[in-house]
Amino acid sequence: MDNLAGSKQLTVAEEILARAAGREESSAGEYVVAQVDAMMMHDIFAADVLSMLERAGIQRLHDPSKVTVVFDHMIPPPSVSAASHQAKARELISHFGIDAFFEIGRGICHQVMIEERRVVPGQLVVATDSHTTTYGAQGVAATGIGSSEMAYALATGQLWFKVPESVSVILEGQFSYGVTAKDLILYLMKAIGSAEAQYRSIEFGGPGVDELSLADRMTISNMGVEIGAKFAVFPADSIQTIRENAGYVASHTVSLRSLTPQVAVPHHVENVVDVDEVAGTPLDQVFIGSCTNGRLEDLRQAAGILEGKHIAKGLRLIVFPASSQVMEAAAREGIIETLNKAGAYVGGPGCGPCFGGHLGLLAPGERCLGTHNRNFRGRMGSADAEIYLGSPMTAAASALAGAITNPCQMDHITSGREPIGAVATGDSLGRRGEA
Amino acid sequence: MAGLPAIRGRAWLFGSGISTDMLSPGQYVHHPMEERLKHVLESARPEFAGGVKPGDIVVAGANFGCGSSRESAPQHLKDLGVVAVVADSLARIFSRNAIAIGLVAIACPSISEVVKDGDTVEIDVVSGMVSVGERGIVLEGDRIPEPMLDVLRHGGIEPLLASIAAEQNR
Ligand code: SF4
Repeated sequence: MDNLAGSKQLTVAEEILARAAGREESSAGEYVVAQVDAMMMHDIFAADVLSMLERAGIQRLHDPSKVTVVFDHMIPPPSVSAASHQAKARELISHFGIDAFFEIGRGICHQVMIEERRVVPGQLVVATDSHTTTYGAQGVAATGIGSSEMAYALATGQLWFKVPESVSVILEGQFSYGVTAKDLILYLMKAIGSAEAQYRSIEFGGPGVDELSLADRMTISNMGVEIGAKFAVFPADSIQTIRENAGYVASHTVSLRSLTPQVAVPHHVENVVDVDEVAGTPLDQVFIGSCTNGRLEDLRQAAGILEGKHIAKGLRLIVFPASSQVMEAAAREGIIETLNKAGAYVGGPGCGPCFGGHLGLLAPGERCLGTHNRNFRGRMGSADAEIYLGSPMTAAASALAGAITNPCQMDHITSGREPIGAVATGDSLGRRGEA
Repeated sequence: MAGLPAIRGRAWLFGSGISTDMLSPGQYVHHPMEERLKHVLESARPEFAGGVKPGDIVVAGANFGCGSSRESAPQHLKDLGVVAVVADSLARIFSRNAIAIGLVAIACPSISEVVKDGDTVEIDVVSGMVSVGERGIVLEGDRIPEPMLDVLRHGGIEPLLASIAAEQNR
């Protein structure tokens, strides 16, 4: 309320970048050099980045306490070369005095960053991973960068940023049974597409946001990058989104109630259709996990559908919990047992096959539906395999049927049992994604 | 500061949505470099990795380099001898990474509609002008902002870090 009526307000992106650049304001389109509040690297790039600093003769990091390293991708190491890469990284992590180092088994980097509270609302955060936008779920301006830029940020504490234009997305109402945050972001892929949000900051707001848990918001912010977004922010603490007089280049309003389960079909995330359009497509593998949908809420929803049943013959279901906390909570709730009894292979916390490194790659001609975020050709092994993306509920229903299935059409959802998609629960962090 | 000379090279034409998974497939990330380079863009144009020559230019449609933040995506192109990427539009992280490793990357709307495979393409890096002289095509690409031109003048971030280290250690 400290802005005079009619005066221009900054968008979240403009406000956070201005603050980090030590200025009163910044406006979309300009370049600023800003101080970075937190940085994260995972095992794929940590050794490269730190070796680059070592080669250049950099003796110390600008501020090692701002840095987090998580080993989650090639874990446990599937090859001698991956093991050597990680050994080199460990050596340099200790050499450069990085204390916040999470070893294999702790979980997927983005989940760990939130669980360990390594990011705080209002911060400017960079990491060597495109799904860094996930922290937007907590009002953080967070985005992915490459190894060289990370080396520069580690050495100097700063980096150049283009202040992005912003797009507002106002959510209204509540999800219907069987429809989840994943379906919303897939729907936005279809409705907005990557051209409009490219380089832009997406700011989510509206009454529907209150219906979303932190886990839901993470799913949505995570896939913001698939639309091309630089940041994907929800309100949190003092960070308010959808400011009346801010200059949004586009605005969208989505009624959550009107959404139906969505599926991205090969070979691009933008190829989104209503699940009914591809229902019946036979599957060889179903994957539940990743930083998009490997949280307790996701496993709970999947287990709710799989409970007391068995997956289809000829299909394999692989599940990778997003973190050790998720795994513990899932074990406590009996979810792991339900999954095991249903015939699932449950792996340890980590990325699993999501990026096509190991742990569940596809053979030529095979078809997989996963809860992850990318279905590019070759993403999960053979370039001649097909990847479909959907929600944990769609994944579970499809695993039972052996073919893509609309979870709303599973009888027990409409048979008087508590509706799974609408269960309001605490998240794996024991809190709701409060505004 | 030294200027940036104009670039002239043979075009390899690609469509839209070329992803980092196509540029640098995930299953080869820990393979020896020689092996990794053989698979660059193989799912889009299998003849590319074997046929590309030093000095060649990649011309593509929209959203080139979409996908992950892996810097190996532009690095592989550079290692194969590619000197520039000009696309209708570039994915954000890819364009930053390209500059960071010293590879020219320019967004030039509708370039992929006018350039033919094998054309000799000329790029003025500072002004962003892209032309095909023999066919009288001149298009205005997006200018690379000054802080990033400076990185290109240094040849990428790594050489820039060496001068930062020299400061630190003085
Ligand atoms: S789960 Fe997948 S998308 Fe997420 S960090 Fe791991 S590899 Fe990347």
